[in-house]
Amino acid sequence: MSVAAPALTPSTASPATPVLAALKDAALVALIAMILAGPIVGLQTYDSGGQLSLNMRFSEVAIGIVVVFFGRLGLALAERGLQPAAFGVGALLIVAGIALPWPTGLLQVLAIAAGVGLVLRGLVSVYGARRHKAALAAAVAESDDEKSERLRRLITRGLGFLLLAAAVLLPMMPFANSYIMDTAIRVLTYMMLAWGLNIVVGLAGLLDLGYVAFYAVGAYTYAILSKEHGFDFWEALPISGMLAASFGIMLGFPVLRLRGDYLAIVTLGFGEIIRIVLLNWASFSGGPNGIGSIPRLTFFGHPFVRNPPEGVTAFHQLFGLDFSPLHRSIFFFYLILVLALVVNVFTIRIRRLPVGRAWEALREDEIACRALGINPTNTKLTAFAIGAMFAGFAGSFFATTQSFVSPESFTFLESAMILAIVVLGGMGSQLGVAMAAILVIGLTEAFRSLAEYRMLVFGLGMVLIMVWRPRGLLSHRDPTIFINRRKGARA
Amino acid sequence: MTTPLLLVEHLTMRFGGLVAINDVSFEARAGRITAVIGPNGAGKTTVFNCLTGFYKPTVGRLTLTRKDGKSFLLERLDDFRITKTAGVARTFQNIRLFAGMSVLENLLVAQHNALMRASGMSLLGLVGWPGYRAAEREAVEKARFWLERTRLMPRADEPAGSLPYGDQRRLEIARAMCTDPALLCLDEPAAGLNPRESAELNELLLMIRNEYGAGILLIEHDMSVVMGISDHIVVLDYGRKIAEGTPAEIRANPDVIRAYLGEDDMEGSAA
Repeated sequence: MSVAAPALTPSTASPATPVLAALKDAALVALIAMILAGPIVGLQTYDSGGQLSLNMRFSEVAIGIVVVFFGRLGLALAERGLQPAAFGVGALLIVAGIALPWPTGLLQVLAIAAGVGLVLRGLVSVYGARRHKAALAAAVAESDDEKSERLRRLITRGLGFLLLAAAVLLPMMPFANSYIMDTAIRVLTYMMLAWGLNIVVGLAGLLDLGYVAFYAVGAYTYAILSKEHGFDFWEALPISGMLAASFGIMLGFPVLRLRGDYLAIVTLGFGEIIRIVLLNWASFSGGPNGIGSIPRLTFFGHPFVRNPPEGVTAFHQLFGLDFSPLHRSIFFFYLILVLALVVNVFTIRIRRLPVGRAWEALREDEIACRALGINPTNTKLTAFAIGAMFAGFAGSFFATTQSFVSPESFTFLESAMILAIVVLGGMGSQLGVAMAAILVIGLTEAFRSLAEYRMLVFGLGMVLIMVWRPRGLLSHRDPTIFINRRKGARA
Repeated sequence: MTTPLLLVEHLTMRFGGLVAINDVSFEARAGRITAVIGPNGAGKTTVFNCLTGFYKPTVGRLTLTRKDGKSFLLERLDDFRITKTAGVARTFQNIRLFAGMSVLENLLVAQHNALMRASGMSLLGLVGWPGYRAAEREAVEKARFWLERTRLMPRADEPAGSLPYGDQRRLEIARAMCTDPALLCLDEPAAGLNPRESAELNELLLMIRNEYGAGILLIEHDMSVVMGISDHIVVLDYGRKIAEGTPAEIRANPDVIRAYLGEDDMEGSAA
């Protein structure tokens, strides 16, 4: 091509130039991959009878370079605005990944992952472009905006109901074994905790890194009350909640004037104090041995055991079923589902009340709140107390399902996990938090076979979500009240 | 003469060795617009911060007397109580809206205390108590009133942060008015407004003064606003009051011209 040609005929030159540039880019990256992978992957040293030998794996290297070439080509095309081409390259990679015989599973997974990434990227940018266009159109026609808004709300709602239905039906599924039920209980426990923390962090904007302390308070309250004082679960539950709430207020008072990082550090310390007290006050909490053989929850007086003691009807006898250890899991599952839903409904309702709006206002601007006559002390303390109360409930539940509590269950990692769920879900979004709980707990469970590497996967997942959706899975905030819309449109 | 709405006596505010306000006394009356003007750093915003409880004055007495005769010593109240019980509302020099919340929600947050009572500290509200629903409807109606006055009705359901600058200024005033103030303190409400917008602001402030009867205390650099609508002007310079009087008196005052308006007084005469 002559030098003058592109300048004279830009319209014909422009489609070819980006493709050429993308190809060049991809070739360069492939070259780098070859230089790197050649010695590192291509030459494998192995031990053959006390002697170091070399294993040549150049076919793998060659295939890897081809994958890198196409992956980079897709990315480069996408960057140059050629979305359909990038999309095609992505699809090609997926098809090739699935259909072709691959020398190693890792290469196959990488090829498919690269393809999926490209396709997703294409979808997101096409969706984004459409949204951009929609936004432009909305400036002209308001109704369009209204429509897409309603559609978005419908999808969110539908997704919520879908999740709820799936949860209700899960124990009735044929594949529901005790492993699945236990995992589901774990997911729901974290979901409940995250919903509780969402009140403190998501709504009131108070970054609490010691949330697990209240969970511990609830768990130990139930353990001690039931084991030493003969309380049953339903009697102990409100007490645990109230005790945890008062610990919330106790933590709240000294940190009232703190915000952001400072608040985070103090709450982190508070969480550790509770754990360390439990660890060292052996006469009270059993120290590192914890408290064992906590009475398990019964079905309103009917225990889930094969051979009940004299005069007590077991659950399976009551309903004339064969004994199955699954019954207990299913009952626990429904119980935590109900508890979690209570937290959810409570939060949805309280967001629409003055105190909920005051929490959000406090998150947005505390000084403005004070200038409007809102008592920041009370508002913050209610957020701390209510969040802590729900953690206390969850703690009681945890103690009765495990029938064993020890300080080890309440480390900082748990707080971090719960906070991660809230942040990933999108601060303040109930559905987002639910999805994040499923994702975070489900994924760590799904990658259990990777043992210690699953934390790597977990971290990678987090990085990806934060790159893709920096404000969480569902970051859209719906106002709590409308004035210009018909009542029926209320979310 | 009746008791003034706000009586500021010997107000002094020191930050360490710096004297931000030095023995300033003035008064503001209900149904009047009192402007506080002066060069940057004269201590105008500090006066506001003392009035609204963000600072505790070093010396001085700030007495607010409401229409019903109840009076409050503002320097002894917590900042949020000054709004809640004494009825002083303010806006900020750098707008402080709840940006992520909708315009309507901003106005409902301003009615927090009334709504909180109606919701029985949230307990009745949680179960959907009819009394609370009625209170909320009433609050929405009050919000609607101010939204219509500030012409923000079409954007009421949008996040406050997405409004253009001029609208945000008006929203902040509407939000302050939703607290039912006896005294409205406006910190540079016309900053960043174009001439048309500041003319609208004048109308809004006159409406608040005439129809609503609140006293307005105004910090402003825009002389078209100050000279156009003020009933009384207090001039500060280096933390001292150097003059006070009607707009005409202030415009003619040689001290004020030297310290603030400038010799050629172009802005003032343009108004």
